[in-house]
Amino acid sequence: MAAAAEGSVLLFPSTSSASARVEAVVVFNICDSYVRRPDQAERVIGTLLGSVLPDGTVHVRNSYVVPHGESADQVALDIEYHHNMYASHHKVNPKEVIVGWFSTGFGISGGSTLIHDFYSREVQNPIHLTVDTGFTRGDASIKAYISSNLSLGDRHLAAQFQEIPLDLRMLEAGKVGYDILKSTIVEKLPNDLEGMESSMEKLYVLIDEIYKYVDDVVEGRVAPDNKIGRFIADTVASMPKLSPAAFDKLFSDRIQDNLALVYLSSITRTQISIAEKLNTAAQIL
Amino acid sequence: MANPAGGPAAGARSFLQAVATVTEEAPSPLRVVQMEGLAVLKIIKHCEEFAPALVTGQLLGLDVGSVLEVTNCFPFPIREDDEEADADGANYQLEMMRCLREVNVDNNTVGWYQSCLLGSFQTVELIETFMNYQENIRRCVCIVYDPSRSNQGVLALKALKLTDSFMDLYRNNGLTGDKLREKKLSWVDIFEEIPIKVSNSALVSAFMTELEPESPVSQCDFDRLKLSTAPFMERNLEFLIGCMDDLSSEQNKFQYYYRNVSKQQSQQQAWLQKRRQENMARKAAGEEPLPEEDPSNPIFKPIPEPSRLEGYLVTNQISSYCNHINGYAFYSNFMPIPYSFSLGKELSDVEILVQLWIADAHILLGKLFFPKGLSQRCWSELQQAVLDEGLAGGLGD
Repeated sequence: MAAAAEGSVLLFPSTSSASARVEAVVVFNICDSYVRRPDQAERVIGTLLGSVLPDGTVHVRNSYVVPHGESADQVALDIEYHHNMYASHHKVNPKEVIVGWFSTGFGISGGSTLIHDFYSREVQNPIHLTVDTGFTRGDASIKAYISSNLSLGDRHLAAQFQEIPLDLRMLEAGKVGYDILKSTIVEKLPNDLEGMESSMEKLYVLIDEIYKYVDDVVEGRVAPDNKIGRFIADTVASMPKLSPAAFDKLFSDRIQDNLALVYLSSITRTQISIAEKLNTAAQIL
Repeated sequence: MANPAGGPAAGARSFLQAVATVTEEAPSPLRVVQMEGLAVLKIIKHCEEFAPALVTGQLLGLDVGSVLEVTNCFPFPIREDDEEADADGANYQLEMMRCLREVNVDNNTVGWYQSCLLGSFQTVELIETFMNYQENIRRCVCIVYDPSRSNQGVLALKALKLTDSFMDLYRNNGLTGDKLREKKLSWVDIFEEIPIKVSNSALVSAFMTELEPESPVSQCDFDRLKLSTAPFMERNLEFLIGCMDDLSSEQNKFQYYYRNVSKQQSQQQAWLQKRRQENMARKAAGEEPLPEEDPSNPIFKPIPEPSRLEGYLVTNQISSYCNHINGYAFYSNFMPIPYSFSLGKELSDVEILVQLWIADAHILLGKLFFPKGLSQRCWSELQQAVLDEGLAGGLGD
């Protein structure tokens, strides 16, 4: 029957361009609102804000919860709250528009179609994001769906939800450093030098790894992989060949520049200390 | 205690008393600002999106003993300078608070956040905002985020508050030389930085651990290992020079003031002498002496002393630029600097002289290096291109 339907009236919209990207702040907000959900509420739902990139990817950058009530066969969404909140967000950043909605829990329930219908009236082709805060499958699953109506002639049969690829790379979170976002408590923010130290350590580890790999290949312990080999060759080739003397000169020039700056800033500090003492010293007139 | 029947009642009363005394005690000082990861991310998102424009927002959270928890925040729209917009902004704030309360977000203002450019947040506006907040909230902080420094791979978040002694002086318009000297308040004592702790709910932590597999490098590692320090240094120096100009104009103001004061005093002396001679003459003539003071005379009007606030703030800015330059040069050298200055409020005058002498000697040395120029060096660009591509291409995969 499905095959027959496919042949005649069913429309399957092309999904090639549809995909979604979610920033860390959205996941954080959803988790936080789940933790703060009202008594006896099973799940939280809310609006996703963001933009549609030129290539059709939906970039979800912000979100807010919308209070709702749910019983066996109906869902009541606080539409006024939704509109107020959207107006407020719009004032801050007019570039962020409604792109869909989220719900916690795994999979899609009957009530979801009703809410999705509502969001379809707000925006064309909304996406639906589910965040499994209960870890029902044993892992943290975040999924994005788009929906299309299945209809036979004029008759509405069902809403079809189709999963779309989701990009969870969270580039902005990378700037903060995952260490801070992963653990439940971080006693102290890393300062300049500590951050640099950890980066250098990571770099050393990576270089050691490459060394080991190259040595292993040379001694025949590991089967060579041309792709990796080319990568290493490209990386090494991207470094211009400098004679040690030239490099020394460049390096020491640079250090001297920096030292000069340090002298400058140090002398400034000393001057300030003196100036302050003079300025607040008792004036003998 | 002697009467066992009265025991519980006495116990209860002493408990009540204990509670009462606890609440009456002076509030314990604020030691730590504990921020939720959500608040950190929201602040960074807002500040980065609008950089280089400067933005502000409100912090929500709880005040728990010596810890101030920041659990959420919301951004303010960019302000326009007319009254209608002001009223609009107030409405927005109330509306947002109401909405957030409905979904059980902590509905308690604990301060505000703002973005800044290269650490130049020390302004009179900041202090005024602080005083406004402080009127309503006993304990509040200002979180400052610097998007320009975060490009260097530093998480440039700072929690600040004004020191109590400075607030007292500011409230009583006491920022004059005498009062400052009396209270021993120097420019270092205006702002107080409070350490920040970051906390995440177990749920968030589980999600992040699950979603972000241990990757060998992250964006902030690339940012930190960038070799192009020149633009950052140049801008720091530019700002530093600007601040020095401001400082010297402040100094000029004071010189002008002191000159005027001494001029006035000599005028007063001259007038007094004249009046005394006159009085002697009158006495000889048997007339009543004239009073030795004349409030209507303009030379007796005290000249208002200019406020020290501007100078102090500029000094603070200079110090933060110096810190940037020193810190940055320090680790872009990958080697220890041969000497270090201990900048502190407790420097004795002799120490300062010695340091000045050392600095002078070094600046002479430094001049030898200076003609080479600080920027536009082909090698640094070259080196940057190499490292950027090498690291991004080779290690990112």
